[in-house]
Amino acid sequence: MVETVLRILALIRKELLAVLKDPRSRVSLFLPPVLQCLIFGYAATYDLSNVPYAVLDQDRSAASHDLLAAIDGSGVFRRVAQLYDGADIKTVIDEEKALVVVQIGQDFQRRLSAGLPADVQVIADGRNSNTAGTALGYVGAIVDGFNANWAADHGGTPPPLRVTVRAWYNPNLETRWYMVPALIGTLTFLQTLLLTAMSVAREREQGTFDQLLVTPFRPFEIMVGKALPSVLIGLIQATLILLVAQLWFRIPFAGSYFSLYVGLLLFLLAAVGMGLMLSAVVANMQQAMLYAFVIMMPFALLSGLTTPLSNMPQVFQDITLVNPLRYAIDIAHRVYLEGAGLAQLIPDLWPMAIIATVTLSSAAWLFRGGLE
Amino acid sequence: MTATSSPRAPLRASAASAKLQRLAALVRKETYQLFRDPSAIAIGVVIPLLLILLFGFALSLDVKNVPVAVVLERPSPEATELAAGFALSPYFASSELTSMRRAEELLLRQKVDGIIRIRSDFARQLNAASGEAQVLVYGVDANRARIIEAYAQGALAQFLARRSAEGYPPAEGGGAAVVQSRLWFNEADDSHYFLVPGLIVLIMTLIGAFLTTLVMAREWERGTLEALFVTPVRAGEIVLSKMAPYFVLGMLGLALCMFAAKFLFGVPFRGSVSILTAVSTLYLLVALAIGLLISSITRNQFVASMATLIITFLPALFLSGFLFDLHSMPTAVRILSYALPARYYVNLLQTLFLAGNIWSVILPDTAALAGMAVALLSLARAVTTKRLA
Repeated sequence: MVETVLRILALIRKELLAVLKDPRSRVSLFLPPVLQCLIFGYAATYDLSNVPYAVLDQDRSAASHDLLAAIDGSGVFRRVAQLYDGADIKTVIDEEKALVVVQIGQDFQRRLSAGLPADVQVIADGRNSNTAGTALGYVGAIVDGFNANWAADHGGTPPPLRVTVRAWYNPNLETRWYMVPALIGTLTFLQTLLLTAMSVAREREQGTFDQLLVTPFRPFEIMVGKALPSVLIGLIQATLILLVAQLWFRIPFAGSYFSLYVGLLLFLLAAVGMGLMLSAVVANMQQAMLYAFVIMMPFALLSGLTTPLSNMPQVFQDITLVNPLRYAIDIAHRVYLEGAGLAQLIPDLWPMAIIATVTLSSAAWLFRGGLE
Repeated sequence: MTATSSPRAPLRASAASAKLQRLAALVRKETYQLFRDPSAIAIGVVIPLLLILLFGFALSLDVKNVPVAVVLERPSPEATELAAGFALSPYFASSELTSMRRAEELLLRQKVDGIIRIRSDFARQLNAASGEAQVLVYGVDANRARIIEAYAQGALAQFLARRSAEGYPPAEGGGAAVVQSRLWFNEADDSHYFLVPGLIVLIMTLIGAFLTTLVMAREWERGTLEALFVTPVRAGEIVLSKMAPYFVLGMLGLALCMFAAKFLFGVPFRGSVSILTAVSTLYLLVALAIGLLISSITRNQFVASMATLIITFLPALFLSGFLFDLHSMPTAVRILSYALPARYYVNLLQTLFLAGNIWSVILPDTAALAGMAVALLSLARAVTTKRLA
């Protein structure tokens, strides 16, 4: 027993040395997660700001002026052009000068004063329909605010129905709060899977795996010795991303680190198990890398990172059940934003435990097959 | 095949035709190698098909049938009518509850994404013109939450409009501005319309940059490029012959995507196919050049593939304007995006697919891609030649 532990420790030491002694691979393990987290933390947002918009104000009244001032003052839109002719709308949209055009008809104020509905035409560039839809939503909210002010200023009754909206766990509805915690799982998944898949393949290709075989190591020990260093590296990467999230992006951490790390540990064991399984079946490094990539792509896309899981057809939602990343992202959100404790994470934890057990034991079985 | 040189032809012509012959032989060799290599099949064929499948059928940003809980604290005709508005809306799959506590439990367990709370004194308040409906959304997925919020507001506004049509006092005393919104180029608000152009960019990047990097880095690692060098083949010819099969594979990927876009997803194509082919050629050349450059510089499969992933693939997904709006990014990130070829290609594709031949978009973006192609290709040739010689 003691010997087993000692042997495994020796193997872990050797693995860590092999990975970390080369400065290039050291840099490629720890720098990209931090850089990616920074860049994607800024880039991966569905929240809009600085959206160019153009105005066609045919009314030129106090009311239209107020409405435009509200749009300008929203902090979301930036006025880039003043149009005088309806034909110009097509030009500014087509040429991507403006994402949104607001057109106010010439009887805007007259209709408002007469208590009639007054149309505001809002045209959005639908080339990216998601962005356009969000922009239209912002305009709608600004117009609602304008209406309330107008009614208050002109002796009208306030709207008979007021809507109060509260968002749980992310009061200002910032996409970054969703994306950055999700990156803890995503970036470590990509790296650890690749690292583990490559580690055995590299030894195979260089012939050192055969040397490992003539040592007193048992297949099980070799596997543990290969798995733990990758888990360790994954945990370090996750910690780095967590630090960026908290210290740089200042996203408040609501939960307990213990719950998060328990989740991460299970997740990394599952990811490493997948990597080792892959590593046991491939012949060389290139295959390892390729198959890792072929696996990573659908797993990353079907994880809920970029598009919600609930939007997927049932078949694909069922497929995501074997995706450890899906659970890791959920755990990261629940612990980070909701402050969920271990008990609430159980629905996410047990599937990962099963995935880890299945992949690690099949990897061990595959190794043994390869060895004997 | 290439023309055979006649013995009397001038020296220059025979040299040129020998060059062509060498090139043809090399291209043939590379093509065989490509089709024999299971990894090339995996990246060139399996992944594109997988991506088309996922983008076409699995990924969608369209919010429909959102599970929401409508909490009716005390039934009244008004409250029931409002709840019915949610039940009938195509955007919501609503379930009616009577207790807020139960609804919050469902929200916590993510069984519902939002709660609409109609308080017990709703009817009285509404008739006193001070009604209140509370909307609670699960905010973790902020984008989805915002869309749900907007739909909920819309459903409530419709409820008010129906009431005022039935003779109840109008919503606002002094008239109200009403937004008439139109989504140009994508009237049906179908997210496939912008996912498909992005899909093409991902596939072209994958074949052009990732596959080339991988194959070339392997040749560097194994020294087979040096072996080629002792033959009469010139470095430039090696580079050219390496690129040719991947170029063809990339164009096939494009054709496949166009086919899927038209027949599978029903995405319109409003521009001209020849412009699409031209700009795709440019982008593919840029991607191939990046692949060659990275592999020549790193000469190591692992480092090369990581570098390609970080330099080409992830930015094509995140920084190209394909998913996330570029205007809203901080200035530094926006400036960075100008250095990425994917940005121009995404913009070109979205315009060609949905808006048509808008020259003021096509010309500058094409010029940027062409400039990058020339610069990167000459750089790739210089680096590869230098490393070989």
